[in-house]
Amino acid sequence: MRSILADAWLIARKDLAIEFRTRSAFLSAVVFALLAIVIFFFAWDATAVAAIDLAPGVLWVIFTFSGLLGMHRSFGVEQPDRAIDGLIASPIERESIFLGKAIASLAFVLAIQIIAIPAVGLFYNLPLARVAVPLSLITFLAAIGLVAVGTLFSAMAVNTRLAELLLPMLALPFFVPIVIPAAQATAKLMSGRPVGDAFAWLKLLVAFDIVFVVACTLAYPFTLEE
Amino acid sequence: MKPTPLTIAALAAVVVTYIRAIFFTPIEAVQGPVQKIFYIHAPAAWVAFMAFGLVALASALYLWLREDRLDRIAESSAEVGVVFTTVVLTTGPLWGKPVWGAYWTWDARLTLTLFLWFIYVAYLVMRGALDDRAMRARYSAVLGILGALLIPFIHLSVYLFRTLHPRPIVMKPSAPSLPSEMLTTLLLAFGAFTLLYIALLRARYRYAVTRDGANPAEEHRAS
Repeated sequence: MRSILADAWLIARKDLAIEFRTRSAFLSAVVFALLAIVIFFFAWDATAVAAIDLAPGVLWVIFTFSGLLGMHRSFGVEQPDRAIDGLIASPIERESIFLGKAIASLAFVLAIQIIAIPAVGLFYNLPLARVAVPLSLITFLAAIGLVAVGTLFSAMAVNTRLAELLLPMLALPFFVPIVIPAAQATAKLMSGRPVGDAFAWLKLLVAFDIVFVVACTLAYPFTLEE
Repeated sequence: MKPTPLTIAALAAVVVTYIRAIFFTPIEAVQGPVQKIFYIHAPAAWVAFMAFGLVALASALYLWLREDRLDRIAESSAEVGVVFTTVVLTTGPLWGKPVWGAYWTWDARLTLTLFLWFIYVAYLVMRGALDDRAMRARYSAVLGILGALLIPFIHLSVYLFRTLHPRPIVMKPSAPSLPSEMLTTLLLAFGAFTLLYIALLRARYRYAVTRDGANPAEEHRAS
């Protein structure tokens, strides 16, 4: 177990080093998130719908789509020169490859949210500081589920003829039980309700995370050739 | 492909059921003739769930036994299931408009059915986008199992969504006890649709066998 996690960390560090040196995916995802925040504002009549009613939806739609951008990168970087074959041939458990990829993607998704969520607060004039702690917790829980499912489908989608076109089609139905609880819990918090009111939604998020982190980690080796 | 006796029997059962449903089953007092759409809707929903259950089962067994047959069963059942889900999603709104006053409501069961359709359409699209047969079988099996795991989560989240924010327009009647003529027709329809499902599954499976048999060179390329 110790070595599985140590190896996973090694893979994650490799991916993050690549991303840190190029910063291409990160920058494009951040700019995408900011653009989406601005465009969403004009999709509603601001005099008829209060910003505080829009914000949870905007926040989680952007979270999902900017997350998807990062997910495609996850195994996409292993495609040139068939680098994935080197990873598979290395003396590392396949579960570690998956967990390492997922950890790197988790860091990626959270880094985008560290910019995107305050930006939503800024542009929509929301009192985010008041709910900062519970909102961070929801984001973290939602990101774990998103990354687990997204990493597995990224590994599968890159090998299909449709590549990045297939990923949203596969992954979005799986994001429904993440986005609904996250958006609902956020709406409750922002309207000043106590954290306890959002508890049923948080439980659903935790259950989703546990089931899909385990299921996707176990399923990943099956997607590789024997 | 020549129709098999099973296909003919299934189609005959469907015809007999609808003759009974249209001419020999009483018209529902409140909803009127539109209620008869349920003799298509409910059995189609039953078949869809059964079909996707078989996809999950065949997928799990495939990863365990690595039998090509199991992959073909999953493929065939998913395709037939998508057809029946499409029937459910078409007949539901047709009934919903006169009875509920809207083609679509975000009722938990409706939403779940819609997402089922999305999951298995994606499943079929993914199959079509993979050329390597062994890889296609493995990926499909993984997606078939994860899809089944997802269903309770979608159900729970849309159900909580509904109950936490109730809307007044959902006038869903609590299941009334059916008069015996209606019940018989409904049970007949369930039987006929199950038979039709088996016939279609078998026809689709045979097609997969013929297709795979025509390209045997592909068989061992990846393994």
